[in-house]
Amino acid sequence: MTQMALVIDLNVCVGCHACVTSCKEWNTSGESGSLADLNPYDADPSGTFFNRVQSFEAGSYPNAETIHFPKSCLHCEDPPCVPVCPTGASYKRKEDGLVLVDFDKCIGCKYCAWACPYGARELDEERKEMTKCTLCVDRIHDENLSERDRQPACVLACPTSARLFGDIHDPESVVSKAIRERGGYQLMPEWDTKPANHYLPRKTTSASGCGEGSCSCKTDSAESMPQTVDAQLERGQLHLASIATRI
Amino acid sequence: MNPAFSVVFLTTLSGAAQGLLIALVGVEAAAYLGLLAAPPTAFYVTGSALSVALGGLGLIASFFHLGHPERAWRAVAMWRTSWLSRECLCLPAFLACAFFYGVAHWFGSPWSLALGALGVLASAALFVCSAMIYACLRFLQEWATPLTLANFVLLGCASGFTLVTALSAWFAPALTAGLAACACALTLAGCASRSASLVRNARLRPKSTVQSATGIKNAKVVQVSRGFTAGAFNLREFFHGKSAGTLRGVKWGFLGTAFVAPVVLMTLGAGVHSIGISVVLLAAACLVQYAGLVAERWFFFAEAKHPQNLYYARVG
Repeated sequence: MTQMALVIDLNVCVGCHACVTSCKEWNTSGESGSLADLNPYDADPSGTFFNRVQSFEAGSYPNAETIHFPKSCLHCEDPPCVPVCPTGASYKRKEDGLVLVDFDKCIGCKYCAWACPYGARELDEERKEMTKCTLCVDRIHDENLSERDRQPACVLACPTSARLFGDIHDPESVVSKAIRERGGYQLMPEWDTKPANHYLPRKTTSASGCGEGSCSCKTDSAESMPQTVDAQLERGQLHLASIATRI
Repeated sequence: MNPAFSVVFLTTLSGAAQGLLIALVGVEAAAYLGLLAAPPTAFYVTGSALSVALGGLGLIASFFHLGHPERAWRAVAMWRTSWLSRECLCLPAFLACAFFYGVAHWFGSPWSLALGALGVLASAALFVCSAMIYACLRFLQEWATPLTLANFVLLGCASGFTLVTALSAWFAPALTAGLAACACALTLAGCASRSASLVRNARLRPKSTVQSATGIKNAKVVQVSRGFTAGAFNLREFFHGKSAGTLRGVKWGFLGTAFVAPVVLMTLGAGVHSIGISVVLLAAACLVQYAGLVAERWFFFAEAKHPQNLYYARVG
């Protein structure tokens, strides 16, 4: 059985919120839209989002690190939000493992949101229906898009490729390999919801600052580089900073 | 959790309606066995009319909880998995039983006791469904306990018996002392089980921590930004925004008004000889207890700490 999921690399997420805005843009204009924005330019704005980037600080100064932490629906393999739905609007799709909402059946009772320990569901204030991340179900199977574009909007938007997308039940997929090789973990394992989305933990890398001599900014390549522009062109390697003049 | 008043009124009103029907059928069964003198028909008819009215008001209140009340009929579909769906089936069934129980008494039908027994079954099933809606959410640790079911049953029965005691003072004063004793016993039992759940919940250690919520392996992890400064559903639905002092006040308030005051009022009301004063005191007991139970149910929601709140701890 296929289980599509995101794997999020906490080593490279820079907290730029590009996935948040891209998600909102696609999903407010796509098949699951619209997503309300109340008082967007006024006091007390409020709106529906499927994806958030949060920031956490671990440790104490001077050994503190800031971790940017994207959070959306985890598409649990045993989703607690699905069996509680009284109408069957909330369901888990067999063919790709997505947890989806059939908006036309939703009565807006909010019970599924209570039953999600991750706070992944939001009731849209205008539509009064429960909404959530669909893993861009209207993109990932769309054969009118190029194959590269058949990915969730957040994945395509990420400038650091912190978000991987694929089938975690396929052992050869990029996400399965990432989970296996880099210790991918699930959130709140204590509730046994088996989230499909995984997170790749931060790795400690050995110091490689300028003082170590391994930093590219202190290589002697600049010194050995020909000084004249013509000589540089001859070599096919322009070093523009060397020809800059102060005016 | 942020208490939803629609659900607070639904559970308290329907609980009182269920307890009231159980009490009426209890009286009829005891009279059938010859344990007490049979009360007049008006006692049963008024009682079941009150039960239908309270349950109906609860049903109306529940519609205010829905974003799309016009689709509410769909809620009976998933009774195989959802306690909420089962409740949506049991509540109308209970209301029908209470209605036909009153009709049977109105027309002097010999089937009234059998209908009443069916009503008690529907009432019991409805108690189980209503309580399990909350008790089945395993990560809301304050709710995930058999005490939730015990509280729903005992508090519903206590308020129903208090109502029946007040009705009996008007229609069948001979029964008042006995019913008041039952109502006081149920109220005290409800006080015991609610106090037990208060003690339990005060000692709970949340299973989810910010470490398990983020998977960051460090003894000290704090949120520095929830990722937005605006309002959101997750903030409105899961944070009540009241101070610890307010919660403490509501807690002691409902312990006084739902349990202590009604017992005192019922003892006084059952003891006086004047029927007029007795009715006034017992009606006051019903109203005070109902107000207390509304506060109790509000507190029940407010004291539940949803694990999603770990992700929404700081604005930034």
